[in-house]
Amino acid sequence: MLINNYIRLVIPSHSRNEAFARTAVSAFAAQLDPTIEEINDIKAAVSEAVTNCIVHAYPDHIADIEIIARILEQDTFYIRIKDKGLGIADIKQAMLPLFSTCAEGERAGLGFAVMESFMDKLRVTSRTGKGTSVIMTKRVISKS
Amino acid sequence: MEIINSGERLTVMLSGEIDHHILKSMRGPIDAQIEQHTPRQLILDFGNVSFMDSSGIGLILGRRRIAESFGGKVFLRNASGYVEKLIRLAGLAHMLIKQEVNR
Repeated sequence: MLINNYIRLVIPSHSRNEAFARTAVSAFAAQLDPTIEEINDIKAAVSEAVTNCIVHAYPDHIADIEIIARILEQDTFYIRIKDKGLGIADIKQAMLPLFSTCAEGERAGLGFAVMESFMDKLRVTSRTGKGTSVIMTKRVISKS
Repeated sequence: MEIINSGERLTVMLSGEIDHHILKSMRGPIDAQIEQHTPRQLILDFGNVSFMDSSGIGLILGRRRIAESFGGKVFLRNASGYVEKLIRLAGLAHMLIKQEVNR
């Protein structure tokens, strides 16, 4: 019954939408009956990906971020977060823990590290000048 | 958020959700207090934090840099469960304290 259920959400890259995006996705994920810890992991991963779009993809203008969350099979949660921003020239480097292009030093450079360790799978594809797509999946072990 | 100054120690009682957006309005008041009081100990208390992403780690690192420039040390108090997991992932476990340090 849960198979093939999904949400598609498009939001402008205002930083105040970070909280909305993670809350909306986690509310949808509630259908899988996740534990509090699993919900927190999903919230954090979405927050990181959306913040990356706001800070890195669209550093000087507001544009759309597309979020698709999907329930795969009975127990797997899929999220795709996509922008049409600057893109990442070197994905390997961007994914290194503590690597950050932010000069002011207030970003920890841990965004991808959080996504990688709090979700089961992470795939990042990007083209310079075209945008970035982050796909994450997590198996949710139902409480009941 | 509440900031308590007690001489050599400055305690910041963080609360609610900590993300990149919320941080923009949080940094200023904390930094102003650090610069005014130049505490020997800066305690960041996470007891009432309901959500945090890696922006919270940026908050810790930035405040540590400022506090250390005045010779202060930073401790992270009451980080439990999820927040603690994130702090450990960032390699900052050595800054964690479970309870009050000596006054």
